[in-house]
Amino acid sequence: MIVEDLVVSYGDLCAVDHASFTAAHGEVTVILGPNGAGKTSTIEVCEGFRVAHSGNVSVSGLHPVRDHAALTRKMGVMLQGGGVYPSSRVQEIVRLYVDLYDKGASADELVDRVGLRHRRGHSWKRLSGGEQQRLSLALALAAVPEVAFLDEPTAGVDVSGRQDIRGIVTDLAATGCAVVLATHELDEAERIADRIVIFHQGRVVANGTLAELRSGNDGLRFSSSPELDDRELSRHLNAKVTRDADGRYVVSADPTPSLVARLSQWLADHSLPLNDLRTSETLEAIFQRIVNSLGDGR
Amino acid sequence: MKQWRAQTVAELRLLARNGEQLLLTIGIPVMLLVFFSVVDVLPTGEGDAIDFLLPGVLAIALMSTAMVSLGIATGFERSYGVLKRLGATPLGRPRLIAAKLACVVIVQFVQFIVLAIIAVLLGWSAGGLNLNALLIGFIFGTASFIGIGLLLAGTLRGEVNLAAQNGLYLLMLLLSGMIINADSMPSGLNSLATALPSGALATILRTATGHSSDAIAGPTMVLIAWSAGALVLAGRSFSWSPSDSRR
Repeated sequence: MIVEDLVVSYGDLCAVDHASFTAAHGEVTVILGPNGAGKTSTIEVCEGFRVAHSGNVSVSGLHPVRDHAALTRKMGVMLQGGGVYPSSRVQEIVRLYVDLYDKGASADELVDRVGLRHRRGHSWKRLSGGEQQRLSLALALAAVPEVAFLDEPTAGVDVSGRQDIRGIVTDLAATGCAVVLATHELDEAERIADRIVIFHQGRVVANGTLAELRSGNDGLRFSSSPELDDRELSRHLNAKVTRDADGRYVVSADPTPSLVARLSQWLADHSLPLNDLRTSETLEAIFQRIVNSLGDGR
Repeated sequence: MKQWRAQTVAELRLLARNGEQLLLTIGIPVMLLVFFSVVDVLPTGEGDAIDFLLPGVLAIALMSTAMVSLGIATGFERSYGVLKRLGATPLGRPRLIAAKLACVVIVQFVQFIVLAIIAVLLGWSAGGLNLNALLIGFIFGTASFIGIGLLLAGTLRGEVNLAAQNGLYLLMLLLSGMIINADSMPSGLNSLATALPSGALATILRTATGHSSDAIAGPTMVLIAWSAGALVLAGRSFSWSPSDSRR
C-alpha cells in the first residue's frame, strides 16, 4: 500500500496534512497517534470510504474509490465501532460475511479462532466490548485478505483478549497479508509493529521500524531515588547521565552487560534502588521525544 | 447471486426477530382491518365496511413495509455503521439494495395473503379482483414508498429519521382516504389525498379489489411521478454513513 502526499480536509480543518508512507505485505504497519491525529481519516481514504482532497493512494495496485469493487475482494476491514447489526448473532453474522466474501473461509473456524465459540448464539448487543472487537476481527478475517485495515482492534479488550488479538494479527501478517493497524495505545503498538507511522496533528512525524525510530537514542534507562547524584554516577560510569522529563535516568552509552554491572554496583554501594531497567527506548519515550521536538507548531 | 441470497436471508431473519417491525408490518394492518370492520365508527360509504377497508388497509400495509419498516431499519443501519461495513465487502450497493427490495416484496406478499384471508373471513368476496390493477398498484406503490423511505433514511440521522418516517406514516394514513373515506373530508384535503402516493394507491387498490370501478390511469400517473421523483432524489442524496464523503 502506498500513500503519497495525502491531504484530507473537513471544511477549514486539515485532518491529514501531506502524509506519505507505505505498508508492505507480510508486515504489521501501525499507524500511531493520539485521538484526532488523522489516523482514521487516512485509513478511511485507503478503504475507499472517504475522498482525499489531494494526493495519491494505491492499495494492492488499486485506487480505493475508482477500483472499490475490485478492492473489496482483497481487503478485510475492522471498523472503529463495529458496524454490525445489533440483533444479529455471532455465528449468523460470521456466516453472512463468509458468504459475502466467498473466499473459502469457515465460519466455525473463525468463531473458534477469535474465542467466541461459547457466545456463538448471542447477539452483538449482548456481547461485551472486548467480545464485539473479537467479532469485528472475525468479520475482517472472513475476507481472507491481502490487505487488512484494523482500526483500534484492542480498544476495550482485556489483557488475555489483547494477547489473542495480537496472535491473530501476527498470524495474519505471516500469511503475507499487509496489516495496517491504527491505534493510540503505545504499548500495543510496540508489541506488534513491524513498522510504525507516527501521526501528530495530521502530519506523519516519524516512519520506520522500532529500531530505526530508536536510532541515535541508545542508552541505559532506569528509575531510582530522586536524590541520586547524577554527576558522581556520570564520573563513575565515564558516561553522560541525564534525567528525563519523567524523572527517569538515562546513561548515554552502549548498554553493555559491563555497564549494567557497574551501574548496579554503584547503586548498591549508595543504598539506592534500581527499578525499571531498560536497554532501549520505549515507544512512549520515542513518541514523547518526537512530539516534544516539534513543539506546538505545525 | 450467492451474496444477494445470503444478504436477503439475513435481512429477513433480522426482520422476523424485530418485534416492532412485525407489529408495524403485520400487527397494525390486521388490527385496523378487524377493528373497523367489526366496530362501525368510520364513514365507509354504502355496502359492507370490509369492501371499503380492505384496499385501504392493503395500501397501509404496503406503505408500512416499503417506507416505514425499510426506512427506519436502513436509517439505523446507517447510523450504526452497518451499511459502511457492508460497503467494504463484495456485496456492493446494487446487491444490497436488491436484497432489501426482495425482503420488502416477500413481506408484502405475506401481508397481502394474511390480510386477504382475514378479509374473506370478514365477508369480503374475491370475485371482483382485478389482478392487473393490483399488480400496477403493487409495483408503483412499492417503488414510491421505497423511494421516500430511502430518501429520508439516507439523509437524516437515525432518531430524526425514525420520527420523520412515523410522522409521515400517520399523516398519509389519515389524509389519504385509506381508512377514512376521502369523500367525507373537506375539498382541500380531498384534493391533497389524490395527489399523495398513499391516496393514489388506495384508489388503485379499490379498483383492484372490486370495491369501485374508478379509472386507474390518473392515480397510476401520480404513483409513477412519485416513484421517479423519490427514487432519483434518494439515489442522488443517499449517503452510506453520516460521515460519508463518497456518496
